[in-house]
Amino acid sequence: MRVSLHINRRARAVDVEPSSTLLDVLRDTLGIFDVKEGCGEGVCGACTVLLDGRPVSSCLVLAPTAAHRAIVTVRGLEDDGELHPLQQAFLRHGAVQCGFCTPGMLLTGLAFIERHPGADREALRHAIEGNLCRCTGYAKILDALEDYARESKRG
Amino acid sequence: MHAFDYVAPRSLDEALGVLAEHGEEAKVLAGGQSLIPLLNYRLAKPRVVVDINGLPLDGLSVAKGRLRLGALTRHAALEESLELARYCPVLREAAALIGNVRVRTLGTLGGSLTYADPAGELPMVMLALDAELAIAGHAGRRTVAAGDFFTGPLTTALAADELLIGVEIPMTRDMGGAVEEVSRRAGDFAIVAATALVRVDRRGRVDDARLAFAGVGPKPVRIAAAEELLVGSEPTSDRIAEAADAARAAVAPEADAFVSAAYRRLLVGVLARRALARAAARALAVH
Repeated sequence: MRVSLHINRRARAVDVEPSSTLLDVLRDTLGIFDVKEGCGEGVCGACTVLLDGRPVSSCLVLAPTAAHRAIVTVRGLEDDGELHPLQQAFLRHGAVQCGFCTPGMLLTGLAFIERHPGADREALRHAIEGNLCRCTGYAKILDALEDYARESKRG
Repeated sequence: MHAFDYVAPRSLDEALGVLAEHGEEAKVLAGGQSLIPLLNYRLAKPRVVVDINGLPLDGLSVAKGRLRLGALTRHAALEESLELARYCPVLREAAALIGNVRVRTLGTLGGSLTYADPAGELPMVMLALDAELAIAGHAGRRTVAAGDFFTGPLTTALAADELLIGVEIPMTRDMGGAVEEVSRRAGDFAIVAATALVRVDRRGRVDDARLAFAGVGPKPVRIAAAEELLVGSEPTSDRIAEAADAARAAVAPEADAFVSAAYRRLLVGVLARRALARAAARALAVH
């Protein structure tokens, strides 16, 4: 079936099998590889995308059900070639090691901070509890999120 | 994932028609947070997936002393609802404990209740709240009490050609409530979860108490012996400890690959005590 997917502010008509997940379509059909596949059961957070501004596991969304909704992958955070301020905070704090969890961390963190400007470390810790990182021990990721949350409050 | 037909009915009648036609071969897709993992692992192989997200089954309203919630109400909406903070904070507290943030974005009330995981938070809370579940079928509508809806692990009173359309909850604004749980990791299903609701009269004595658990058997349970112990006296810490002991004595949990039956039983006592203490403090604050 043909569906219209709105990905990173661009509408794309795509042929999908009803049984394909949004993750399959993003990676295998459209080549959007900044979305990662980890567990395939919604636990690890590597495949996080924003759907109408809220984080979802793209491995647990059937592609047809994402039609006509705003999908944002980490690539969509850039603005005119400039990294998003949260991405810059990740760079400043060295919050990236292998990078596999990074897109999910950024999108989950951003969606949370947009709803809770100035969120403290404890709240941020709770916000990313569904995103697994096996490298960093989370400390630098939280440093970066905290930094950006402070910035966002000053707005 | 194996191939299946995908239908997205536009009306409840159309959805019920599809279910009547396909019966057990059809699976209802709401938030998909339980169904799609089963499809990804080919543990479920429906011939037809019926996407009900286009049906007008979400939303929350308060009328005639009852709280009504549509089956498609998302966990995130429960968690963030200001109306629930006022009318049913215990449900809001339970919703915030479900899965991870992504599960709560898409997962639905109706989905959690019909999936009926024995460790699920929402079935347990519905049991504590004496909720009634509204069901539509090709032949008509019916209402089932939460206590009769859950029949075993992942099984309910819902027939294959029926759809859960919503729940009705008698108002509990004069009760204090609390949910407690222990899970192995954040976001996992609970090993054991407890819900307590307590109401006190003007003299500070308990006149209604409810205590429900998930994770201690094939379906959520209420512990009448513990509830009865509390009614008629002040909710002191000694009384609460007695009720928690009664709960621990009343359950017969089983071991699984991760925890022993004895540990589950221990958790029943600890979580009962914590949940009852918080619920009682809130009940006293109502006055």
